[in-house]
Amino acid sequence: MFINFFFELKQAKLPVSLKEYLMLMEAMDKRVVDSFDVNDFYYLSRSALVKDERYLDKFDRVFGHSFKGLEKKDGEEVTEIPEEWLRLMGQKYLTDEEKKLIESLGGWDKLMETLKKRLEEQEKRHQGGNKWIGTGGTSPFGAYGYNPEGIRIGQKESRNKKAVKVWDKREFSNLDGDVELGTRNIKVALRRLRKFAREGAETELDLDNTIKSTAHKGYIDVKMMPERRNKIKVLLFFDVGGSMDAHVKICEELFSAARTEFKHMEYFYYHNCLYDAVWKDNSRRYNDNVKTWDLLHTYPSDYKVIFVGDAEMSPYEITYPGGSVEFWNEESGETWLTRLLNVYENAIWLNPIPERYWEQIASTSIIKQIFSDRMFPLTIEGIDQAMRELNK
Amino acid sequence: MKFEGTKSYIATEDLKVAVNASITLERPIIVKGEPGTGKTMLAHEVAKSLNAEIFTWHIKSTTKAQQGLYEYDAVTRLRDSQLGDEKVKDIKNYISKGKLWNAFECDKRPVLLIDEIDKADIEFPNDLLLELDKMEFFVYETGETIKAVNRPIVIITSNNEKELPDAFLRRCFFHYIKFPDPETMEEIVNVHYPDIKKDLIQEAFKIFYDIREVPGIKKKPSTSELIDWLKLLMTDDVDAKILREKDPKKLIPPLHGALLKNEQDVHLFERLAFISRRENENAD
Repeated sequence: MFINFFFELKQAKLPVSLKEYLMLMEAMDKRVVDSFDVNDFYYLSRSALVKDERYLDKFDRVFGHSFKGLEKKDGEEVTEIPEEWLRLMGQKYLTDEEKKLIESLGGWDKLMETLKKRLEEQEKRHQGGNKWIGTGGTSPFGAYGYNPEGIRIGQKESRNKKAVKVWDKREFSNLDGDVELGTRNIKVALRRLRKFAREGAETELDLDNTIKSTAHKGYIDVKMMPERRNKIKVLLFFDVGGSMDAHVKICEELFSAARTEFKHMEYFYYHNCLYDAVWKDNSRRYNDNVKTWDLLHTYPSDYKVIFVGDAEMSPYEITYPGGSVEFWNEESGETWLTRLLNVYENAIWLNPIPERYWEQIASTSIIKQIFSDRMFPLTIEGIDQAMRELNK
Repeated sequence: MKFEGTKSYIATEDLKVAVNASITLERPIIVKGEPGTGKTMLAHEVAKSLNAEIFTWHIKSTTKAQQGLYEYDAVTRLRDSQLGDEKVKDIKNYISKGKLWNAFECDKRPVLLIDEIDKADIEFPNDLLLELDKMEFFVYETGETIKAVNRPIVIITSNNEKELPDAFLRRCFFHYIKFPDPETMEEIVNVHYPDIKKDLIQEAFKIFYDIREVPGIKKKPSTSELIDWLKLLMTDDVDAKILREKDPKKLIPPLHGALLKNEQDVHLFERLAFISRRENENAD
């Protein structure tokens, strides 16, 4: 029962397992829902087989696909309505005008042929309009739906078709994204950067200390200690605007992953290269910026520094005073970067541009040199390597 | 035992199927969805409609699986033994029952709500696998096995802050409460405020769904916020006409604080209102 459906789900890379399939069978066996109602079956199987909303859309598509087989069968039934019967109905109810219209369309045989063809083309129940077969329309096929209620082609209002609508709507389509997957991978990669320390409220029993103290004092003396927490501190610098626009998505993912992973994290924006100021809010970057000098003096040297940027610019923007494309910088970008690297021992550069192009871009090579080769591609693997480097 | 929704809770068809499957098969159901779509409410309403007792276990980042079963207070016992308290002789005095234990002891089939399971440590659900599967656990201190008299109806909610392990998910039914469409929403509002003015609802809905569509909004207003807002509009006796106001000078809806909970969102909204006002003026 439904084995094909199950395998189709598997083929579509939905993480379904035998256990869930058996659970569905058990539910069917116990008559949780009326097993003749496809709609209910759809709800039940969805609830039993899909465990994450990002797979709902995929599930809807597979269900729709598996179900289409059934729908075709419906279509065959429809074409089995005896022609003879239609003809009789037509003669009984049609006005002369309408009979003429049928003639003009090529007579009964032609009409039946078109009907068959259209039934094959037609995928959904249709209402209104003037071409498809359905209710309340002005299609020529409406001609033999003459009596006030119309002739219903096929069986009673098919519940199946009502169900089709539910999954064909694909309401969950925008939940099907790999964004979450992306951030989870990044989080796992960022997790390499951990340094545990005990700080804060004392909530755990310190067994060693308790034994020692008890032996020392001669009565039981319970000692507590704080929980272990990730103590790593991070400064993140993001390049914004210009050539970075193409990499906004990956930067957002990195940012959201980093924010949940690191308790102590500060972030700043810069454009192309580091100069005498950075900012925290892109809409107020000229009024509300942070002087790089202040930054160097505010955050102690045990902070780890991560630069994110494509390092793609004119080499002058790095090496010469006044090279910035946006304002007159008194000191070159190189000076500022070196100053920063002198304070923070652990610093790396993450570059969203694939590694193989780095050689060809002069500015990238310069920055890589300034960072003593600590530039890594902004990929899961690159982040992984970068975190190892920062942990040194 | 069948859940059909209650007078104060509108359950969609698919939600009913999922809940009933979980009741019949005695397996937990995981409910996810945007904040404010009534995930926690569901458990209370199921309990109400089945006339069952409800045990609520709120999960925090520090919650351990063991706390749901029982806790053995060794520290107090050690201290008591120092003072020579009689209680010390019976270990049972130092075992406090958790929510699972309470639910397992219940004579009538209860509802157990494990609220916001994703708040806990990433291993938390794995630690409850066997207990929720077999509905029994072993108390090491006393050597007894606690087995559920009646398998509770277990409803678990999650806000998607952490992914749940596959082994855990395989044992559960799953339902994602999607954001209600305007018709369902109207039913929900009718359940809460039956005497609300029809035109007020319509205008309020329009504004509500418009706000949800504003690009870049951080926290979309949810059902519970809409209901709060309507309540405010009603108590303030705001006229539907004011909501219909197309005068750009009054573009920000009255009492918008109930809908927009985030300073940045309010700014964004004000800025958009400002832009559209300027455009209108230019058009004049």
